[in-house]
Amino acid sequence: MNSELVISQADGRPMYLQLIEQIRRRIAAGDWPAGYELPSIRVLAADVRVSVITVKRAYLELEREGVIVTRQGKGSFVADGEDLGRRLQQRELEQHLAAAAELAYTLGLDVETLEARLRETHEHIAKRRA
Amino acid sequence: MSERTPNGDSPPLRERAAAASARAAEHGPVIELDGVEKSYPYFRLQDVRMRLAPGEVMGFIGPNGAGKSTTIRILMGFVRPDRGEVRVLGHPIPAAQAAAKRHIGYVSEEMRLFGQATLEWHMRFVASSYPGWDAGYAKMLLRRFDLRPEQTARRLSHGQHVKAMLLLALARRPRLLVLDEPMTGLDPVARHEVLSELMDIVTDEGRSILFSSHHTQDVEQISDRITFIDRGRVIESSDKETFLERWRRLHLELPAGGALPVHPGVIDVRGGGRLSIVTTNAFTPELGAAYERAGARVREIQHMTLEEIFVAEVMASRKESLA
Repeated sequence: MNSELVISQADGRPMYLQLIEQIRRRIAAGDWPAGYELPSIRVLAADVRVSVITVKRAYLELEREGVIVTRQGKGSFVADGEDLGRRLQQRELEQHLAAAAELAYTLGLDVETLEARLRETHEHIAKRRA
Repeated sequence: MSERTPNGDSPPLRERAAAASARAAEHGPVIELDGVEKSYPYFRLQDVRMRLAPGEVMGFIGPNGAGKSTTIRILMGFVRPDRGEVRVLGHPIPAAQAAAKRHIGYVSEEMRLFGQATLEWHMRFVASSYPGWDAGYAKMLLRRFDLRPEQTARRLSHGQHVKAMLLLALARRPRLLVLDEPMTGLDPVARHEVLSELMDIVTDEGRSILFSSHHTQDVEQISDRITFIDRGRVIESSDKETFLERWRRLHLELPAGGALPVHPGVIDVRGGGRLSIVTTNAFTPELGAAYERAGARVREIQHMTLEEIFVAEVMASRKESLA
């Protein structure tokens, strides 16, 4: 397998988190559909050149989130959930909103100002995409 | 598969016991060091312990002169410890080192090839002494490492020399690879080639690697376990994820005139005034909550790289010994 995942050394986050995020994105984008078989832990480790324990941890976390399922002796697969891709994108949105709210709080912006800024940004993007 | 002999009897006890011990040797720990000590006039290795399981990669780190090479020499049977137990692949060391070494590939910085002989000559020489030699794999490694078999050893650059030594060790397909500073002096491309090869080896769950290195980035990337040694003592030997997870840097904002509460596991505090940066090796989410309860605001919680942990750990232990 030619790796579809890449670990960045300039990324401040731990390697297992980088793996989790890239796998989530593959699934959210629909590249890895429900039932898709993920590479085995050792194969992915060799492929990305990270330790087996790091890949194991990423897979465990994804299992706990219900994103993948591991069948003993069979391998790991993308979970069947209804609209898993969409749900993952929703989650990402929530994280970004939380980060924005946090920053606004630090800057002392009130919720009306934040709302106005979000509307502005949204209009800007809608125009660009139209 | 049936274990019965053609006449329907179970295999004799002795055979079954031998088979069981062979299985234990394959599934038991690959390296076991317990309470290992060795004294030299100006250096003492104390209570060194470590365990490595099949299929695992262990990164062995520590400053210069910390005892990495001495420990490796002890587990290879080159140096007899004053005290303690050493088993490699189930064999007691140094007593049964010959049996263990059949399955160990060892490369150290100090080893040299015969200058006037070609790489091909070395390959034939190793192949003749080890029945496990895999000629096809050796050929593939020549290509991957960009080496030419007709080259004489003395014409090899440092990087080529290291890769040639690795090729000779890897192509034997040993169950355990012991590499003393294998990445030293390699350029980024050569390091990338070597790391890829090492990770390829452990796609086989039965093979293990112990490597010492100053290159913390390589260690962080491919190790399942990390053993950290400083001034002859093992400071830490645990799985990498647990090890990294315990270390964090917290950026705190204190209320005016507020003092930073003292928590165990905090090994460094930077900054004065209202902004403090706290380094801990015993992080739990509770620590952040405790600072918040004391009136501080946690602005950021950062993970740390192995390199940063390495420096923080050694600096902290030196500060302690000066105090």
